[in-house]
Amino acid sequence: MSATAVHSLWTTAATAANPIAKIDAPKIEYGQLSPVLIVLGAAIIGILVEAFVPRRSRYYAQMFVSAVALIAAFAAIVALAAGGYGTTKAGIAAMGAVAVDGPALFLQGTILLTSLVGLFTFAERRLDPEQHGNRVDSFAAQAAAVPGSDSEQKAVRAGFTTTEVFPLLLFAVAGMLVFPAANDLLTLFVALEVFSLPLYLLCALARRKRLMSQEAAVKYFLLGAFASAFTLFGIALLYGYAGSMSYGTIAQVVDGTVQNVTPALADTMGNDALLLVGAALIVMGLLFKVGAVPFHMWTPDVYQGAPTPVTGFMAAATKVAAFGALLRILYVVLPGLRWDWRPVMWGVAIVTMLAGAIVAITQTDIKRLLAYSSIAHAGFILAGVIATTPEGISSVLFYLAAYSFVTIGAFAVVTLVRDAGGEATHLSKWAGLGRRSPLVAAVFAVFLLAFAGIPLTSGFSGKFAVFKAAAEGGAAPLVVIGVISSAIAAFFYIRVIVLMFFSEPRPEGPTVAVPSPLTMTAIAVGVAVTVVLGVAPQYFLDLAGQAGVFVR
Amino acid sequence: MSFPLLTVTAALPAVGAIATAAVPAAKRTAAKWLALLVSLATLALAIAVLVRFDPDGDRYQLTESHSWIADFGVRYELGVDGIAVALIALTALLIPFIILAGWHDADPLETGSSRWRPTQGFFALILAVEAMVIISFEATDVFLFYIFFEAMLIPLYFLIGGFGDRAHEHGEKTAATQRSYAAVKFLLYNLAGGLIMLAAVIGLYVVAGNFSLTEIAEARANGSLDMATSTERWLFLGFFFAFAVKAPLFPLHTWLPNAMGESTAPVAVLITAVVDKVGTFAMLRFCLQLFPEASKWATPVILVLAVISIIYGALLAVGQRDIKRLIAYASISHFGFIIMGIFAMTSQGQSGATLYMVNHGISTAVLMLIAGFLISRRGSRLIADFGGVQKVAPILAGTFLIGGLATLSLPGLAPFVSEFLVLVGTFTRYPVIGIIATLGIVLAALYTLVLYQRTMTGPVKAEVNGMPDLRVRELVVVAPLVALLIFLGVFPKPVTDIVNPAVEQTMSDVHKKDPQPEVEAAK
Repeated sequence: MSATAVHSLWTTAATAANPIAKIDAPKIEYGQLSPVLIVLGAAIIGILVEAFVPRRSRYYAQMFVSAVALIAAFAAIVALAAGGYGTTKAGIAAMGAVAVDGPALFLQGTILLTSLVGLFTFAERRLDPEQHGNRVDSFAAQAAAVPGSDSEQKAVRAGFTTTEVFPLLLFAVAGMLVFPAANDLLTLFVALEVFSLPLYLLCALARRKRLMSQEAAVKYFLLGAFASAFTLFGIALLYGYAGSMSYGTIAQVVDGTVQNVTPALADTMGNDALLLVGAALIVMGLLFKVGAVPFHMWTPDVYQGAPTPVTGFMAAATKVAAFGALLRILYVVLPGLRWDWRPVMWGVAIVTMLAGAIVAITQTDIKRLLAYSSIAHAGFILAGVIATTPEGISSVLFYLAAYSFVTIGAFAVVTLVRDAGGEATHLSKWAGLGRRSPLVAAVFAVFLLAFAGIPLTSGFSGKFAVFKAAAEGGAAPLVVIGVISSAIAAFFYIRVIVLMFFSEPRPEGPTVAVPSPLTMTAIAVGVAVTVVLGVAPQYFLDLAGQAGVFVR
Repeated sequence: MSFPLLTVTAALPAVGAIATAAVPAAKRTAAKWLALLVSLATLALAIAVLVRFDPDGDRYQLTESHSWIADFGVRYELGVDGIAVALIALTALLIPFIILAGWHDADPLETGSSRWRPTQGFFALILAVEAMVIISFEATDVFLFYIFFEAMLIPLYFLIGGFGDRAHEHGEKTAATQRSYAAVKFLLYNLAGGLIMLAAVIGLYVVAGNFSLTEIAEARANGSLDMATSTERWLFLGFFFAFAVKAPLFPLHTWLPNAMGESTAPVAVLITAVVDKVGTFAMLRFCLQLFPEASKWATPVILVLAVISIIYGALLAVGQRDIKRLIAYASISHFGFIIMGIFAMTSQGQSGATLYMVNHGISTAVLMLIAGFLISRRGSRLIADFGGVQKVAPILAGTFLIGGLATLSLPGLAPFVSEFLVLVGTFTRYPVIGIIATLGIVLAALYTLVLYQRTMTGPVKAEVNGMPDLRVRELVVVAPLVALLIFLGVFPKPVTDIVNPAVEQTMSDVHKKDPQPEVEAAK
C-alpha cells in the first residue's frame, strides 16, 4: 500500500471542487448566559485569590468575591426576567446547549438566593471557640492533614482555614445553574458533574468529627459516581435511540413527529428498549440527586456527616437544581412517554412520601431527622411533578422556593446549638431548649411547623399548591397518600417541639452560641420567607405561574 | 367602603397577642392587664357586631371580600349569619373570664431564667386562639376557614403542653409527662382530622373551581354545580371527619379528657367552651350547606354515633375519679346532644343545637372554672380528696351547684331550653333516637349530683378545713356567668331571635321541612 493510500484513510486532499467547509464560529448569547458566566468567572477568580492573596486576607477577599458574584448573577437573572426572557423571549442559547426560559430563570434565581444565604452560613466564624487566637469556621483547618495527626495540630495552631470552600461553593452553584437549564444531554451531564464534585469535596471538610465527615464524603462520592454512571449510560442509550443529544430532537423522535428520517434513525426509532432503558437510567440518576426512594440511601449519612452549612446548602440548592432538571427531562424530552413514566413515578412518589415520613419517626439525630424529612418532601414535590400540567410545573417551582429557604434556615439553627464537642445534634440534647433560649427554639419551631405544612407558613402554601395540581392532574389517590404521610410527618416534627418546649432542660445540656450577623441574616431570611410565602404567597405564585412554560 | 368590623374584631386580639408577648419579662402584671383590656375591647366589638346584625336581614351580613391568593381561588371573605354572631358573642364573652380566672396560673416558678416568660406567653396564646376562633366563625371562604381551623391548633398545643395545674397528685415530673402526652395527642388527632379535610378541600376546589361558600352553595342550590353522588359523599366525609374530631364525636373523642384533664381550668374552658364549638358550627355551616345530599345520606350513622356519645360520655363521667376528666366526659355527652340536634334536620333541633352551643359554653365555664378554683386550693384533682366543702366555702359550693344543675339541664337554667328543643326536634323525626338520648339526662343528674355530694357535702375533711371561699377576682368571674345562666334559662328569646332565621335558611339548604304534627296531618 502506498503512502498516499494509507494517508487517504483519514484525510482527503483538498480539491478545487471540494473546498473545506468554513467552520462557523459558535454563536454564544453572552447576555442570556451571564448568570452562569459571572459565577464561573468568580469561581476562577476565587482560585487565583487562593494562589496570590496573603492567607490572612483571603477569607475577606473570598467572601467579597463570592457575595458580589452571587448578587450580580441574581441581578442578571432579574434583568433577564424583566426583559421577558422568561416568557416571550424565551429561547435556546449557546447553540442549543442551554435553555433560557421561565422555569430555568426561576430556579436559577432560587438557587442563587439560597446560595447567597448558604454563603453566609459558610462564612460564619463566631460559633466555634477561637483556637489559638484565630477565629475559625466550620471547615477543617487543612483538608489534607490526617485527622488527629501532628500536621493537623500544626495547621490548627497556625490558624489555617480552608478558604477554598468559597470557590468550591461557586463552582457547585455554577453547575446547579446550568443543570435545570441544560437543553442537551451532554450539557446535563457536564453540569451534573460540575456541581457534584465540589459537593463531594465540601462534605469531607468538617472541622469537627472529621472521620465521619470523610466517611460521608466517600459514601456520597461512590454512590454519586454510580448514579452518574447510570445517567451517562442512559444518555448513551438515548443517543443511540434518537441519534441526537438535543432535548428537542429527542422529544420529536419520541413523539414520532421528527422530520427527515434517515435510514439509520428509522432503524433505531423502532427500538423501544433503547428508549425505555435509556430514559429510566437518566431519570434514576436524577432521582438519586433529589433523594427519592429507592435512591435515597446516601441522604441521611451525608446530611449527618457533612459540615452543617454544607448540608443546608446541599439540601436546599441541590434539590432545586435536580428537580428542575427532572422536570425538564420529563416535560420536554419525554412527554410522549408519559403513559410509561407516570405509573413508575406514582410508585416512586408514594414510597418516597411514606418511607421518608415513617423512617424519620425513629431518628434520634436532628440532622438525620431533617434528612428523612427532606426525603418525604421530595415525595411531595414528585406528586406535583406527576401532574403533567402547567400548574404542576409552577406548583413545583413554588414548592422548591418555599422549601429551600426553610431548609437552609433550619440547618442554620442547627449550627447554633452546641456543646463541648461542637454541634449538639443528638435530639436528647435539645431537651428544654425552649426554656433556655426561647427565641432560637421559637424560630426552629417555625421552621418545623413549615416543614409540617401548618397553615400560615410557606410549607402549607407549597403543599397546597402541589396537592392541588396533583388532584387536578388526576392523581387524587396521591393527594390522599400525601396528606396521610403529612400527618405521619407531623408527628416527628411535633416531637422535636415537645422536646424543646415541654421537657426539662438537662443540667449539662448544650448552649446556644450567639452567631455573627451572617448566620443571623441567614436565619432571619429563612423566617421572613417562611412567613411571607405563608401569609401572602400570591405574588410568588404569580411569578411561578408565569415561569411555568418550558421552551423546546 | 364601610368599616371592616369583622376584620377588626378578629384582628384586635391578634394584635393584642403580639403586644402581650412583647411585654418585658419583669412586667408580668402589665401583660395580664393588657390581655384583659384587649379581651374586653374585643367583647365591645363583638357587641357592636351583635347590634349591627339584623336577624331578619340578609343571610350573611357585615360582609367583606378581598382578593387574597388568586392562584388558589382563595378570597378573604367574611360574613356572619345569626349562628356565627351568637358564637362570636359567646367567644368574646368568655375570654375575659378565662383570662381573669387564669390570672395566676402562669406565674413563673422561681427556677426559670429571666428570658423565659411564661406569663406573657400564656395570655398571648389565649388571645391568639380567640383571634383564630373568631375568624373561623366569620370566614365564608372554605380555604380561609380551613387555614385558621388548622392554625389554632398551634397556640392551643402550647397552652395544653406548657401550662398545667400547679399541684399534681403524682408530682411535677409525672405531670409534665402527662401534659406533653395530652398536648401531643390533642395535636395529632386534630392535625390528622385537618389533613383529611385538606384533601377534601382540594377535592372541593377541583370540583367547584373556587372556595366561596356563598357561590358554591348557590351553585349547588340552583343546580349549576353538579357533583357525582360518590364525590359529594367523599368530600362530605373529609369535612365531617375533621369537625367530628374537633367537636368531638365518639369514637374520635379520646383526646378531650386528656387535654382537659392536664391543662389548667381556664384552658380547659377555652378548649371545650370555645374551640370545640368551631367543630359543631362548621358542621352546620359547611357540611350541611355544601353537601346537603350527603348530609342526609350520612344522617342515620351520625345520629347513632351522637347517641353513643351521649350515653357513653355520661356513663364514663359517672365513673371518673378526677373532677376535670368528669367534666370532660360530661362535655362529650353534651356534644352528642349538639350533633344530634344538628343532624335531626328539624328547625327545633338545629335551633336547639345552636342554643346548646352557647349555653354549654357558659355552663361548662362556670362548672370548670369553679372546679379549677377548688383544685388550686386543695392541690388535687381527685374527687376523693374533697368533702364537706360547702361548710367552709359556701359561696364556692353554691355556685358550683348552680353550674352542676345547669349541666344536668334543670328547668329554669339556660341549658334546659336547648336540651329540650334538641330532644323535641329529634323526637319528631326520629322517636327512638330521641327516647334513647333522654337517658343521657338521667345519667347527667347522676354524675353531677354525685360529684357535688362527694366533694361538697358530708364531713369536712382535714385538708379541706380552712379552705378560703371565693375571692373577689373569682367572684367577678363566676357571678356574671351564673347570672347569665339564670337569665337565659328564663328568657332565651334574645338568642333564639338571632339564631332562628339562620337555622331556617340552613334547613332550606338541605331541602328539609319540619315534619307536620300528627294531629294536623290527620285533618
